[in-house]
This record gives sequence, C-alpha cells and structure tokens, in this order.
Amino acid sequence: MQNDIAISVEHLSKRYMIGGKQHQWSIRDTVEEFLRHPFGIGAEKHDKEEFWALNDISFEIKKGDVVGIIGRNGSGKSTLLKILARIVEPTIGKITMRGRVASLLEVGTGFNAELTGRENIYLNGAILGMSQKEIAGKFDEIVAFSGVEQFIDTPVKRYSSGMYVRLAFAVAAHLDSDILLVDEVLAVGDQEFQKKCLGKMDSLAKSGKTVLFVSHDMRSIRNICKNGMLLNEGNIIRFGSIEKIINYYEGLDVEELKFPAVSDGITIRGFNVIQNNSKVTNINCDSDCYVVVVFQIHQSLSDFRLGISILTEYGEFLIRSLMEDWDNSSSQIKPGSYSAKVCVPARILAPGTYTISLHSSLYGKGEFFPNNHISSSFQITSNVFNSLHKTEKIGCHILLPNPWELSKLSDS
Amino acid sequence: MAETITVIQPSNKWKFFDLKELWSYRELLFAFVKRDVTAKYRQTIVGGGWAIIQPLFTMVIFSFFFGKLAKMPSDGVPYPIFSYAGLLLWTYFSNALSGASNSMIAASSLITKVYFPRIIVPLATTLQFIIDYFVATIILFVLMIIYHVPITIGLLGLPVIVFFTWLLAAGVGFILTSINVRYRDVQYIVPFFISLLMYVTPVIYPASVAERFRFILALNPMTGLIETHRALILSQPIPWSELGISIVYTLIIFVIGSLYFKKVERGFADVI
Repeated sequence: MQNDIAISVEHLSKRYMIGGKQHQWSIRDTVEEFLRHPFGIGAEKHDKEEFWALNDISFEIKKGDVVGIIGRNGSGKSTLLKILARIVEPTIGKITMRGRVASLLEVGTGFNAELTGRENIYLNGAILGMSQKEIAGKFDEIVAFSGVEQFIDTPVKRYSSGMYVRLAFAVAAHLDSDILLVDEVLAVGDQEFQKKCLGKMDSLAKSGKTVLFVSHDMRSIRNICKNGMLLNEGNIIRFGSIEKIINYYEGLDVEELKFPAVSDGITIRGFNVIQNNSKVTNINCDSDCYVVVVFQIHQSLSDFRLGISILTEYGEFLIRSLMEDWDNSSSQIKPGSYSAKVCVPARILAPGTYTISLHSSLYGKGEFFPNNHISSSFQITSNVFNSLHKTEKIGCHILLPNPWELSKLSDS
Repeated sequence: MAETITVIQPSNKWKFFDLKELWSYRELLFAFVKRDVTAKYRQTIVGGGWAIIQPLFTMVIFSFFFGKLAKMPSDGVPYPIFSYAGLLLWTYFSNALSGASNSMIAASSLITKVYFPRIIVPLATTLQFIIDYFVATIILFVLMIIYHVPITIGLLGLPVIVFFTWLLAAGVGFILTSINVRYRDVQYIVPFFISLLMYVTPVIYPASVAERFRFILALNPMTGLIETHRALILSQPIPWSELGISIVYTLIIFVIGSLYFKKVERGFADVI
C-alpha cells in the first residue's frame, strides 16, 4: 500500500441472512435444528435467503481527500461506513487504513441523560476515542462551541433537544483523527446550527483530514466534498469528481427506473417531465412544463386514482395533483392504454431541487406500488427570477407567477 | 510517530483478546465504570446507601427466619454475621452476573454506532459493583464490632477473593451476554438461575450441613469462594481444597468465556 493512500478497500462484500423461516431466534428452534442436523450436517440451507448489502467493491482513497458517498436508501452506503468504522465485520474482503480513524455515525452516542453536560463530554469523548487528557485540554473550546456554558453542570435530561445536539456535536467536532467517517449526522438541529456544523465539517475537510461523508443532502455534499462515490444495490456505479457524480445521480432516477412497472391493476410505461417537447431533468421555471404518465389499465376499475405529489429536497410535501381532484369522473376507468398529462405552470416553483412522485392507487384499497415509489428529482432554474442575486438562498418554494404592478401616483 | 495502520478482515479463528488494544482502551473502561456508578444513584434519596440496603435487609430477614425461627446451624458463630459474611460476597456476585448478562443489550445503541472492544461493556458492569461491595463492608465492620469478632489481618485476603469472584462473574457473564444478544431468553433465565444458585451455595448455611453431599457443593465454583470469604472474616481455617477447586474452575470459565465472547462479538452489531 502506498504511503499516500489513506483507505484501501479490496473486494469487500457483506452478506446478511434474511427472511425465510425466522428460526435461529429462539433457543427452542435452534435446539430443534441442532438435534435434527448436528453440527450442520445435512442441514438444508434453502430456508435462509442471502442478501448482499455490498457486492465485491474495491476502491482507494487518497490522504486528504474528502469523499461524499451517495445513493438511494438501501444502496449500501451505511453498511460500507459501518464496516470501515469496524462496527460490523465484512463477509469477504480486506480493508487497510492508514492513520487514526474516528467515526461519527450519530451525534451524542452514549450520552447518559442522568449525567451533567460536563460528565457527558468526558464520557462521549472517551467513547469516540479521545483520551481524558485530550478532552481536558479541549474542554473549554468544546463548551464554547456548544454554547451551553451556563448549563454545563446540569444533567442533560433537562436540556432542550437543541442544546443536547449542540453539545453532542461540539464533542464530535473536536475529535482529532486522520480519517473521519461521518454519517448523516448533520440532519439535526436548527438551520443556524446546521450551518455551523457544515462550516466545521468544511474546515476539517480543508485541514488535510481524509473524510468520508454519507448524506442525502446534495447541497452539503456538494459544498464539502471534492470527490464522490455513487452506490447502488451494493455496487459502486461511479467514482469521481463530486459535481459529475451528483449530476449523474440526480438524472439517474429517471433513466434508471425500470419501465414498464407492472402491478395487478396497472402497468406504468413512462413517467416524464416534458418541456419544449423534450424530456428534461432540469426544468426552466420560466415556461410551463408537463408531467406525462403513460399507462395501461388491464380491467375496468372504479375508485381509480392517479396523480403526482411534488416534494422539496427535504421531503416536505408541497403540491398534490390527482386526476380526480377536478374531475371525479376520472375515478372510473376502462381497460386500455392511456397517456395522462398535467401542466405545472411557469413561475410557480422557486428555483431549487424538488422531487416529483407518482401516485397510483385504488381509493380505499391502497397503492398499486406500495413498496416502490416512482419518483424523480428535478432541478428548477430560472433566467428571470431574482436575477440580480442568482446565488442567494431563497428559502421559499412557492412563487406568485405574476409580476408586481407599480404605478406612480405623483412626483413627490 | 509511526502511523497507525488498521486492517479489517473477516476472521473465523478462535482468538484471545488483544491485550494491547484493551490496554489502550482502559480509559473508556474507567469512563463506563464512572458513568455507571455516578448515574446509578443520582436522583435517589438514599444514594450509595442502596449498596448497603440489599445485603443488610436480606441478612435481617434471613437472621429472623433461618437463624431465630429455624435455628439454622452456623458453625457456632452468631447467625447475623455468619450470613452477612456470605451475603456480602453473594450480593456482589449476583449483581455482577445479572448486570453482565444484560450489559450488551443495554449498550446496543453504542454497539451499533461506534467501535471499541466489546468486552469492555461486561467488564465495566462487573467492575462497578465492586464499589457497592466495598460500601457494604461498612456494615460488616459494624457487625464485627457488635459481635466481638476480632478484626484480623485475614481481612486483607478479601480483595483477593473478590478478584476471583469478579473473574467468575465476568467469565459466566461473557457467555450469557453473548447468548443474550441473539436469544433474549437469557434475560428471563438469569434472575431465576441466580436465585436458585444461592440455595446450592453455602451462603446462608454452612457447608457442614450438607455433609455427605459436600462434594456436590464443591462442584459449584462459588462454594470455595464464599467459604473462604467467610473464613477470612471469622478467622476460621481456610478451606484450601475447596478454594483451590473454585479457583481452577474460575480460571477455566474465564478463559472459555473470553474465547467465546471474542469469537461471537463480531456478529453482535448484526443481530442485536
């Protein structure tokens, strides 16, 4: 292993046993199994299913690199981080890491509600791998960063949740390690505090530490990381500069969905956003765009619902639009192929990232695709809106499409 | 300074603990012990007094029923001090063992979030009750004064007995807590098992009452430890052969427990 490599992962795989008959979980079943097949001789393996959370992945990370790991839920991001953090053991493969490793998979791991802030700083520091001497040296800095000086000798169970999180992050932020593994910990606290955390992460990243950062928040990933790794179903799909990875990922949902999506009552053949007669993932909000769903109905249905929801990048539910909303006759549908189209008017959504999610169900009976959400992410931009301050954070999602009318009443 | 190099690989071999690594985590062990001791009696009125109340009240009840009403023999020693000399160590053993058995489950939020040698968890639990033991010795001294039992140099042997009791509780605890991670049945069995075990250990009766069945008692590793503990307090001759058997058992159990724990700990985060 070369000296400038911080983390080297070779053929890493992680298997979980799932499903089948859930035996193994009570002593009675195990004894029964043991008596039937002592020492596993002749045991049948078919009632256990394998699930490979990571599938033969290899990569190297250079010292000082700051890598964002992205991917959908269940893509193996957290498993990878947990293996690197030595919380779970790999099934196959080898990992070599150079330097002191610290992991931050949760803020406030091991905090004890009965103990005071001061006692918890020492306890949490020890859990994260700091020596008592080290913590004592950084104690004042930690307390100052957390902003809970006044309550430092109060049991943390009396803290507000914000104070609790601030104190916990303050300890973690003062970890002195060469390699830092961070999981989605910043999704806590208020906006101001998140900003502070991101700032700290950023300065850690710039101080030459090697950082691996798992997050769903593309904005913070984009700000902090130089490189990115995209995981899907336990495989590394892309590894490279963060911009490219994110762009690929944000377009991925649309390309990657396996259409036709078939269920009992409906087959979805396509789900696209059309603007100026072409499919887009980047919507210009200065003109109308259309969400088009192409689907097939196999038998006559009543109480049929089809529509979309639009969510913010943080998953807040913004807009609902069902066919039946303005036309209740659409809940009766006959077999055949259909294309349904709805206009998302221009200048309604503020520039930003949104998710459009497809909804198809039988009212009172549930969704056609209860386990797979058919959705895609979109970037909305505008050439006109707030054009004097293009980079400013807007902080809202809905716009009024109409310009103001200004009329002069008099000269003075 | 040489760079630390961490290699992570699946392992299947039986291994003993990496003592060097354990040593480097000693501060965490103390931090856990400190946490348990501080948090335990916080927001209680009696505080550390609870460490005394358990063996003291048991002694009082047993003295009344077994000592006074049932006239349990106690090798010519006043029954209260006789039974307290046994209960003091037994209380430590039973608390340490039941604490250790539940320790991994209690620490599950830690185990799924951060790495440290897992063995520290049951070790810390078994160690924290030693503090309770020493607090409860206050009553022992009071009883020794009341019953005119001479305070002798033999008392210096008590920490040695506590040490072996700790090894025994930890060794059994390692095994039970590992099984408990997978099978929660353990948490229901252990309290029941411990209370039964007390009756097959000469805690509140002298081993001499068992006479012909003494060899059965000797199969129990706590027998020699309890008997010696009491002999040291009451300045009686030390039952060397029983003590020897107990120590051999204890060491074997501790080694097996450690090996077993080490073998299965890598799967804890997956199944807890």
